[in-house]
Amino acid sequence: MDFTAPVLNYALLAPILIVLGGALLGVLIEAFAPRASRHNSQLFVTVASLVIALSALLRVRKQVSVSAAMGSITFDGAGVLFQASILVIAILSVFLIADQENFTALPAAVPGSDEERHSLQTDMRVTEVYPLTLFAVAGMLLFPLSSDLITLFVALEMLSLPLYLMAGLSRRRRLLSQEAALKYFLLGAFSSAFFLFGVAYLYGYSGSITFSGIQASIVGGSGNDVFLLLGIAFISVGLLFKVGAVPFHAWSPDVYQGAPTAITGFMAAATKVAAFGAILRIFYVAFANAEWQWRPALILISIVTMVFGSVVAISQRDVKRMLAYSSIAHAGFLLAGVIALSKAGLEASIFYLFAYGIATVGAFGIVTLVRDSAGEVTDLNRWSGLGKRSPVIASAFAFFLLAFAGIPLTSGFIGKFSIFSAAYESGSTAVLIAGVLSSAIAAFFYIRVIVLMFFKDPAEDGTSVLIPSGLTKTTIAITSVITLVLGVYPAPLINFIASSAFFIR
Amino acid sequence: MNALTTMMLLPLIGSILVAVIPSDQVLRIKQAALGTTLLVAISGILAWVKFDSSNTALQFVESAKWIPSFGINYAVGVDGLAIVLILMSVLLAPIVVLAGWNESEGGRWSPKVFYILILVLETMMIGVFAATDVFLFYVFFEAMLIPVYFLIGGFGTGERAAAAVKFLLYSLFGGLLMLASIIGLYVISGANGGHTFDITRLSELHMHMSSMTQNLLFLGFFIAFAIKAPLWPLHTWLPDAAAASTPGTSVLLLGVLDKVGTFGMIRFCLALFPDASKTFTPLIIVLAVISIIYGAFLAIGARDIKRLIAYTSISHFGFITLGIFAMTSQGMSGATLYMFNHGFSTAALFLVAGWMQSRRGSSTIADFGGLQRVTPVMAWTFFIAGMSSLALPGLSSFVSEFLVLVGTYTRYPVAAVIATFGIVLAALYILIPVQKALHGPTTPGNENLSDLNLREKIAIAPVIAIIVALGFYPSPLLNVINPASAHVLEVQGFTDPVPSESAGK
Repeated sequence: MDFTAPVLNYALLAPILIVLGGALLGVLIEAFAPRASRHNSQLFVTVASLVIALSALLRVRKQVSVSAAMGSITFDGAGVLFQASILVIAILSVFLIADQENFTALPAAVPGSDEERHSLQTDMRVTEVYPLTLFAVAGMLLFPLSSDLITLFVALEMLSLPLYLMAGLSRRRRLLSQEAALKYFLLGAFSSAFFLFGVAYLYGYSGSITFSGIQASIVGGSGNDVFLLLGIAFISVGLLFKVGAVPFHAWSPDVYQGAPTAITGFMAAATKVAAFGAILRIFYVAFANAEWQWRPALILISIVTMVFGSVVAISQRDVKRMLAYSSIAHAGFLLAGVIALSKAGLEASIFYLFAYGIATVGAFGIVTLVRDSAGEVTDLNRWSGLGKRSPVIASAFAFFLLAFAGIPLTSGFIGKFSIFSAAYESGSTAVLIAGVLSSAIAAFFYIRVIVLMFFKDPAEDGTSVLIPSGLTKTTIAITSVITLVLGVYPAPLINFIASSAFFIR
Repeated sequence: MNALTTMMLLPLIGSILVAVIPSDQVLRIKQAALGTTLLVAISGILAWVKFDSSNTALQFVESAKWIPSFGINYAVGVDGLAIVLILMSVLLAPIVVLAGWNESEGGRWSPKVFYILILVLETMMIGVFAATDVFLFYVFFEAMLIPVYFLIGGFGTGERAAAAVKFLLYSLFGGLLMLASIIGLYVISGANGGHTFDITRLSELHMHMSSMTQNLLFLGFFIAFAIKAPLWPLHTWLPDAAAASTPGTSVLLLGVLDKVGTFGMIRFCLALFPDASKTFTPLIIVLAVISIIYGAFLAIGARDIKRLIAYTSISHFGFITLGIFAMTSQGMSGATLYMFNHGFSTAALFLVAGWMQSRRGSSTIADFGGLQRVTPVMAWTFFIAGMSSLALPGLSSFVSEFLVLVGTYTRYPVAAVIATFGIVLAALYILIPVQKALHGPTTPGNENLSDLNLREKIAIAPVIAIIVALGFYPSPLLNVINPASAHVLEVQGFTDPVPSESAGK
């Protein structure tokens, strides 16, 4: 039997491989390094591998190849932009994760057991969150580059499995955190099954698992359209689950709330980039010629998602749940970019993803700082008067909220403008109107938080803002500056995106 | 350097200057703020002198690329209407700072924040009138809400937080509708010669729109401006906001910010959508007449002096809107002059009302009485301001109100006749509080009120001077306004009706 060695373009795969290498190194450190030095070396390895991966990516950013890994991975301009966004967001999130106070010391211990108490008292920490983060990042890097359905599925699982675990690492309210992890895992497994089901249908339809093969079959029009429709529908379920689009959103408020806040930020920002990257690629490359089949459904999902997220967010009393519903609404806005199915839509989506991801990491970074003696305070009522006690942090949070609301001079406004105009340009008037109206609804709850922080008197219950550690401070400062700069002078980034936002088949 | 850009940069530099002065040196901060606003006022007067009124083209034009891939420019320039409103804004700013010398104290935050917000707001006020790029206009239009929001919520009195939120939500809702229209314009411009936001090029686009599209886009703009202006039935935020603000903020809010609404109707609604403007004129005339009468009745019934002024403004904005949509050159000129005059007569009323309130500790009209005897200077100032508000001949408002009514009568005689009742009602709503507060026996508790001090006299003197001077000799302003308003009408093909009698003979 002949065996042909796979031909891999290592230069183009370098970012993924470097991150995977860092993850494996992290596992080794966890096993062999002395406990005292473990945390610092883990942090170093994680940040270093992300930074090296980013620089390796930037070195090959001009290259284009469909055969980076024998047709399974397509390396193109849009892919570079997705990967770069994921890496930047991941680096900023790792700074938040480095504040270990919010993570339980020994996740394997049963909640409430002596073992757990002992590990916390003696601070016998395990630091597996770092390699888990790197594994997830590697999956995320692969996800938007996958150009066949099997690779796409592998990448999906690769990014999901570590995230299921990471959601359960919270130090306080262990049971809630573990419930969140379990919920996320079960629903995730369910959606993966849908996804695989869709893969089977598409294979049945086209006899191919590659995006270009599927596209060729759609153009040829020889297959059974029922299989195509079922395939697109089931694959969409799997992908829309990851971005939290209605009606596949049910996990996200619970998981956002239960997971350690630093992880929530990472998950909300990076997963969205990766998942939307994959959605954009598969819809723009494989399904583009079947737009009449999927566009009406996606328009409906987009509208329902933005309206639902905005309306339900109003009644939330917990800052993390509120941000979860807000992220659902933003998933709806982002779907407008998929619906646009144009170069403008792709550019707008990439800008929006980056801007939103950065602001999200910053906002969750601030949530980690608001605490009392029992840990983080996420009840919004207890945030009242925060502006009095720590004006800088409260102002930064208000600024992120204004960015989410899409007020001019923040990155959110440019993102909103470009994505809605792309959607309208391709004829989706309904999406434009629904988007504008749900933005108005969303403004209500963002502003309510600002009112709470600035116009209400402080609650006398010991809620205070922690003096941020150096790394958290760095993250909040960088994310604020990026959010402002992208709002005031976005032209350089927009031009950069425009020059390289393209998919190749 | 361009005169307009300089005027926009000066307050921004001033706000940075204020920001670096230590918070405890309150006097220095106030001096810096006053100095900056005076400097801006002087450069505003210089620009006014340099303005060539015989030239109907935009002047002081400057344009630089901002976000080239969307066709967005930093483009400023003024015609006769814009320069008048900019002049009004920059003259009011130092008066507000001087008059409200102490109102920044006792707020939620330090006086420093107050002056930073005022100065940033001044930049945006100039920008919003100077912008000739619709996107730039929108950015100022929306961004200026944020400083006002914090000025009301942070430094106001009474139900300030609720009033601030109501103001912001109303305005954001209107703003988002306008955003939808702007996106519509952007897309249509892209299909007709390339994406642009240039007002001149956009004003040619209406030929490429179906009347349905034009009507919808018009409504997006008009509702936003009608909320701003405010027109019945979208006015309900104004009394609350005016009552809760400090007098200085109220002056800027009603005197300047609300003018953005009526200015926008001329600049954008009429210029961009001439056909839709004609379609909606009957409806708008009705709304304007209702505003005139309804605002006047509310003012007659008002017990609180600040609410009373807010209600009179609703009536006055009805006159302005009536003058604009009469689409005659007298109506247009009258409306523009009205905007200028209303700025100063409202400023005088609010400032004196503020001084009365701070002395008496109440803003209820019934609490005053006999002020004529106790505080003659204050009483006379209030009297003159009130007479200006009811458009007494010899004071500035008379000229503008007369022009509006004449201009309306030639086209809509019934509306003009009904609107004339507004003048009768104005006499009631001004004379009743004048009688209650200034004349009659001295209400117990008022015996020891102090009269205006030197600072307050200096602050109010220029306002009174302008009111009186323009009443006798309005031509310096009208010479600038008349060619500009004739030009606005001429460009879009509106003509004055020919008087039928003289045509017949």
